[in-house]
Amino acid sequence: MTAFLIKRFANAAFVMLAVALLAFTIFRFFGDPVEMMVNEQATQEDRAQLRERLGLNDGFVTQYTRFVTKAAQGDFGISYRNQQDVMVLIGERFPATFELVLVATILSLVIGIPLGVITAVYRESRMANALQLGSIVGVSLPSFVVGIMLILAFSVSLGWLPAFGRGQTVDIGWWSTGLLTPSGRAALVLPALSLSTFQITLVMRLVRAEMLETLRTDYVKFARARGVPARRVHWVHALRNCLMPVITLTGMQIGNLIAFALVTETVFQWPGMGLLFIQAVTFVDIPVMAAYLMLVSFIFVALNTIVDVTYAWVDPRLRDDTATAGGANG
Amino acid sequence: MADISQMTQETDPAKPTLRARLEAMQESDLWYSFRSHPSAIFAACLLALVALTAILAPVISPQDPYDLAALELWNAEIPPIWEEGGQWPYLLGTDTQGRDILSAILYGSRISLVIGFASVIVALAVGLSLGLIAGYFGGWVDNVIMRMGDVLLSMPFILIAILISAMATAALPTGLKDVLAAPILIFAIAVPSWVQYARTVRASAMVERKKEYVQAARLIRVKAWRIMLHHILPNCLTPIMVAATLNFGLAILSEATLSFLGVGMPPDQPSLGTLIRIGNQYLFSGLWWIVVFPAVQLCLIVLSVNMIGDWLRDALNPKLR
Repeated sequence: MTAFLIKRFANAAFVMLAVALLAFTIFRFFGDPVEMMVNEQATQEDRAQLRERLGLNDGFVTQYTRFVTKAAQGDFGISYRNQQDVMVLIGERFPATFELVLVATILSLVIGIPLGVITAVYRESRMANALQLGSIVGVSLPSFVVGIMLILAFSVSLGWLPAFGRGQTVDIGWWSTGLLTPSGRAALVLPALSLSTFQITLVMRLVRAEMLETLRTDYVKFARARGVPARRVHWVHALRNCLMPVITLTGMQIGNLIAFALVTETVFQWPGMGLLFIQAVTFVDIPVMAAYLMLVSFIFVALNTIVDVTYAWVDPRLRDDTATAGGANG
Repeated sequence: MADISQMTQETDPAKPTLRARLEAMQESDLWYSFRSHPSAIFAACLLALVALTAILAPVISPQDPYDLAALELWNAEIPPIWEEGGQWPYLLGTDTQGRDILSAILYGSRISLVIGFASVIVALAVGLSLGLIAGYFGGWVDNVIMRMGDVLLSMPFILIAILISAMATAALPTGLKDVLAAPILIFAIAVPSWVQYARTVRASAMVERKKEYVQAARLIRVKAWRIMLHHILPNCLTPIMVAATLNFGLAILSEATLSFLGVGMPPDQPSLGTLIRIGNQYLFSGLWWIVVFPAVQLCLIVLSVNMIGDWLRDALNPKLR
């Protein structure tokens, strides 16, 4: 197990170093950092001084090492666009994205699991077929289209829910939450729904496939024979055995949801990290882009590592080298 | 060497005529499965219709949406024809500059389909060759290629595509930006998607290269690329085909997403995503048709591709037979 752990963590560290190299390359070679930072009246001497102070005259390896060391401490420099510390900017925006992703995840489980069970249990019924078709539609709808349609329906036509912003927020320490005010909760409904559409169908399809397998097993037949009510067999005995893959999927999808939140945030002008990133892209504000890239990749890699380690802990066969290193399951 | 290639020529069955091929196709399991799945037939017809109208866009569309001279401001903001105030020939209405929405959709679908298709082809070419090389040769070559893939897979797909597209656009001079917008997008979508193909084909190559027929072929000095292309590659075409179909849908989605975010096709050569981005600005002014119709078209395309991909996955899965 120790060898496996070391290997897995070394792998994660390597990936993060490679991502850092990418972020550093973008930072260093797309546009001159000095030109971005000084104002137009700066003399040649000022520029040379700044260049020296930023250490841009050092060798590539020295600069890269410094970039990684600073990044590990959460220091990504100053935003070109509004001259603020990048980490402070991202810290301000993080709660908005976190709450959006959290609510979307909960929605996907609360809606996706029952739908999956229903389509598996009443497999031949018309409703199950309709839901199955609906799930293909669900994965085919681009999330920004879902967002726009929701705005058209519930904001423009019906006027029930706000179409942009976060509503009123309450500060708890440095964390600003929209969950405690009515307007904050109302503003969260449409973005969370549009972000979770894809995830709902994913959960539903997975639960359906797992349930179909489980319903064929002996213990389910036995429970039925013993006279356990059908509802209890389906929703307690069978469902419980399907939840492990769902939890794994949910965990691994959180990284993707954070990344996809940038699309939802653009549609709803939701003041999260994603919107910050898209604005940084428009203004070529490279420190912000680099920080966002590193942060999202870190969350992604961390989740994957946790899932792998948990699996190896539960199932010792996976600690075997050949099973994990090759990516044999493609 | 010459002998061998002649021998393989002779052992091949005679080249079938087109007619024989068609007949063989009609008897195949795949065709049978296709005919017995109404959803697959529906999706294929839909996709064919979309592709056909996109190809014929210059002939059938009522207006050339790129020809600024053809746009008349007094034709602006006309609603669809069944609404009050609708006008012939603007079936789906016009935008704020008097551009016919239907024509813009037909031309936009063209761009979306071409970019989606091209990025799948590029990703296939790169992924299959790298995967074959990695699996066949193994060693450090394998290590370098697959590590590269690991890094790409450790970042979200959409984020890589946005970064590449944004960086490439930032690095180019203004004049070249619009000209190269489509190739940049194709590249940006292909980069994160080749890994999947490479992994599939690599796994297969690692198994096959140990088999006796490959050893035999190596003994008689068949060239490495020939073994890879003619003997190993055909073994894994089935999963590749399914993945490529589903990725075609994903590529069109990604292109639309990038264009919607403003890092894709520019407004003067709009894809469906760009059209939705433009229409999104008029969401609150009652001009719903500018955004709804391009969005519907985009959904129909992706839906039909996904339905075909789903059917293909089940039809080609030997476990489900």
